[in-house]
Amino acid sequence: MGEWWTTVPIGTSLGNDEISSISHVTMSPSRQNNLVSMYSSLPPSRSSYHVLSSFCTEDNIPQCISYINQELDSLGLSSCIEASAPGGAGLSRVPALNAMHELMELHRRDMSTLEELEREQLKKCSALDHIQMNNSRLKDQLELSIREKSGLHETERQLQLKIKTMQSCLKTEKDEVQKLQSVVAGRASQYSHDAKRKEREAAKLKERLSQLLVDRKDKKLAIDVLNYLGRPDGKRSHWKTAKATVGHEGEMYKSLLNDYEVSQRSLMLENAELKKVLQQMKKEMIHVLSPRQPSPRGAAADDSQDQADSDEEEKPADSSRETLDQSCEYAKEQLANSIRQQWRKLRNHMEKLDSQASLVQSQLESNREMIPRETHKDEMERMRREVQQCKEFIHVQQQLLQQQLNTSFDDETAALLNDCYTLEEKERLKEEWRLFEEQKRNFERERKNFTEAAIRLGREKKAFEEDRASWLKNQFLNMTPFTDRRRCSSSDGQSALSIRSEPEMRMSSTKAQLAQSSTYTTFSTPKPSQSAAVPSTTELYRTLRLIPDSSSSRHSNRGRWQESSSTEDGDARVQSKNRVRSGDLSIFSLGEDEYSLT
Amino acid sequence: MNFSEVFKQSNQLCKVSPDGKYLATCVQYRLVVRDVSTLQILQLYTCLDQISHMDWSSDSLFILCAMYKRGLVQVWSLEQPDWHCKIDEGSIGLVSSRWSPDGRHILNTTEFHLRVTVWSLCTKAVSYIKYPKACQKGIDFSRDGCYMALAERRDCKDYVSVFVCDDWHLLRHFETETQDLAGLEWSPNGCVLAVWDSCLEYKVLLYSLDGRLLSAYSAYEWSLGVKSVTWSPNSQFLAIGSYDEKVRILNHITWKKITQFEHPSSINNTKAVVYKEVEKRTAVGSDDLSLHITIGTALYNTRSKYEICPSPVQIPVVKPDPDRANPKIGVSSLAFSSDSRYLATKNDNMASVVWVWDMQKMSLVAVLEQTSAVRCFQWDPCRPRLALCTGNTTLYLWSPAGCVSVQVPTEGGFQVQSLNWHRSGDSLMLLGKEQLCLCYMDTDQEDK
Repeated sequence: MGEWWTTVPIGTSLGNDEISSISHVTMSPSRQNNLVSMYSSLPPSRSSYHVLSSFCTEDNIPQCISYINQELDSLGLSSCIEASAPGGAGLSRVPALNAMHELMELHRRDMSTLEELEREQLKKCSALDHIQMNNSRLKDQLELSIREKSGLHETERQLQLKIKTMQSCLKTEKDEVQKLQSVVAGRASQYSHDAKRKEREAAKLKERLSQLLVDRKDKKLAIDVLNYLGRPDGKRSHWKTAKATVGHEGEMYKSLLNDYEVSQRSLMLENAELKKVLQQMKKEMIHVLSPRQPSPRGAAADDSQDQADSDEEEKPADSSRETLDQSCEYAKEQLANSIRQQWRKLRNHMEKLDSQASLVQSQLESNREMIPRETHKDEMERMRREVQQCKEFIHVQQQLLQQQLNTSFDDETAALLNDCYTLEEKERLKEEWRLFEEQKRNFERERKNFTEAAIRLGREKKAFEEDRASWLKNQFLNMTPFTDRRRCSSSDGQSALSIRSEPEMRMSSTKAQLAQSSTYTTFSTPKPSQSAAVPSTTELYRTLRLIPDSSSSRHSNRGRWQESSSTEDGDARVQSKNRVRSGDLSIFSLGEDEYSLT
Repeated sequence: MNFSEVFKQSNQLCKVSPDGKYLATCVQYRLVVRDVSTLQILQLYTCLDQISHMDWSSDSLFILCAMYKRGLVQVWSLEQPDWHCKIDEGSIGLVSSRWSPDGRHILNTTEFHLRVTVWSLCTKAVSYIKYPKACQKGIDFSRDGCYMALAERRDCKDYVSVFVCDDWHLLRHFETETQDLAGLEWSPNGCVLAVWDSCLEYKVLLYSLDGRLLSAYSAYEWSLGVKSVTWSPNSQFLAIGSYDEKVRILNHITWKKITQFEHPSSINNTKAVVYKEVEKRTAVGSDDLSLHITIGTALYNTRSKYEICPSPVQIPVVKPDPDRANPKIGVSSLAFSSDSRYLATKNDNMASVVWVWDMQKMSLVAVLEQTSAVRCFQWDPCRPRLALCTGNTTLYLWSPAGCVSVQVPTEGGFQVQSLNWHRSGDSLMLLGKEQLCLCYMDTDQEDK
């Protein structure tokens, strides 16, 4: 029994935990059943009360108390339950309640931790799931990639095979080519050999033929001339002698010599010209390079050295040029050297320039690609400053111009300018006048329409009055005791009335409309009584929004000014003209511009 | 431009004398000499057989008529109509006959190129030169008439012999570094001899008058090589046309290539003017009858004119048969203008096109695309003016100022097969199949 007591509570707690956790996680009833069967006396927490009820009986209260106390101790709770009276069945209430409270606290805490743990468990589970899924996915991927890899391996192998076959093909082709070449060469040599043989034979044949012809003493071979001609130069032909041979040689060499002399002369001329060009080029190069020497373009030591060297070499070259003949080897060399030197320098310089240019360009490009914020800001700042400066400049200019206009303009020009201005104004006014006229015409037309409408209305009103009278009469008659007798006629009247009612209604509505609009348009009615309420034309225009508010005269002026300034884009003269007209105004507008600019 | 009436001729044997005064034409076995200015017959000679070759002597006093079939040469004197000379080569045969530059010797090449016989008209002397080589151009006289270069073949080797024409003294004899010499040509100043190999090998050799090798030039190996070689009149350039459709220009100082002119089938050069001949056939039986009556020979009558084509131009190319010998490809004709300023070329697989190159700018100037294959082109000996014919009834002229096509206004469809400038450049001899006609240029507005 004692054994049972000691083991069971732990088992319960464990079992409870386990069960709850398992039930939460797996929800497998079989397991639960198993547990229940295993701890048959430990049913789930729900039924614990029953267990407790059987746990404490009247007989074993003290044992129970002590046991509970033990348990409480083991749980680390300080309160201990005491029997209200030793050996008695009651319990002292306070500690028991305290213990219960503590237990409950404990239980709650446990529950919360349990919940947390469960949550965590859930989380972990999902994480696990996720990881598992991931894992499987990755596995799939791995498999796929392995498959791919094997495929690639296969293709590679195939390609290599192909390469091998190709290589072998190439080799065979090469061999073939070589073979063919050797064949061609062999045939060529054979051909040339045969050709030579044939040629030799032919030569032999020719020899034989000519021999035969000579031997036959071909009588036909002859020249038949009436009388021999003199030589064209009139000389007699001379014998072939050694002297003649020498003469021929001499002639030949003479002609050759002549030719060479001619060519040499032309070459010399060309050479001289080229030399001249070279000299000039050198001079120009020196000229180009010399002002660069003092310039502080990061003159590196080697550069200055280089220049010094060239200077050193230039001097002897110059002096030699003066002293020695131009065609002298030494001078030529010197000249070529110095030119080369200069050229190198020039080229270096050019390269440097090129690199600089490219650098700048690349910078520009990089800028274009991604403008740094600071530079952007700087640029903006700079531009703003520039704008400010420009504005100031313009302002000053304006002032100056104004001053000039005020002071130095003679009356004539001023008058002329004024004239110009007035002309412009006049034209503008004309334009406005035309507009106004047009509006007036429109207005007149409208007015006519209104008049007509009013007349129509009057007529309709009159008709309505008549109708109304007749209707009243009818009504009156209907109300009289002669109704029955009069039915036919009344019905007639009613029908007439019903027919009439519609236009009547319409009429009334139009009347109402008219009445409504009369506040605005009554002036159009011909009634003299209402003509007193006719508003002024300007008012009408204002309502029609044909002209701006009376207060906007300044604005309109400004607008025009702005317009002119925008169209003529800072043409100082126009501006000045305008300013003559309205100095403060223009300044104001400029202020506005300024505002808009900033 | 005026045209003379049409005269008969045969074998296209018509030549104006070197002094430009006389016109010799052969009609069958008769030789007719006319005055160029009046076209009146001055002399009439009758040869023993149909004439196969005719040539003027350099002093315009004698005319040589060769009858190759009979191995006969007859010489006629213009001053002494009674004087006659007959040279019989006998059974050894005759394939070529020509005057020596002095006009007193006749060089006959016998059949099989056995020898060259030099006949003197001053003495009865006969000289033989053995082993002349049978080739494209085996004999060339220097322009001053002093020297003759002759290609020889002995022991399967090529040699060149340089003779002094004065007394046929052998001045130099040297072996050339050619496999199979195809031709030789003196430079116009007579100091350099250009020698080129047969088409199997691209090789051009330049020899000095004294036999020294000045330079050798080879542009490529293996494929077919040189097709034509021409000196510029100022001896400054040597133009070499080859089977690779290019012309290479060598300079006279280093004998290296200055430039090469290609003949592409599509011309993208914006600086060159491409003239395209456009023919308008006057359709028979259409609109105007009176027009037909006036035109007369309406069947052949086509009006052609030049149009300038905008830059990318495709040129008709005939692909040669690679299995045939002497394929119709490559530059076969080259001609420098008299001032050496322009070079006209013709590429054989674009037979209807003549290319004109500027030798100062070393660039293409003009391309004349004809409707049919170009038969012949020749430069005016005095001006940069090129005349060409394509075997139809039209004469074409190019000058830097422009291009013109002129219908030859003769009846019976005079088809121009060949043409020759008069030495003054004022008139042009047009040769048809059986006829000849002189064309006089308007001297006052010649650059039309």
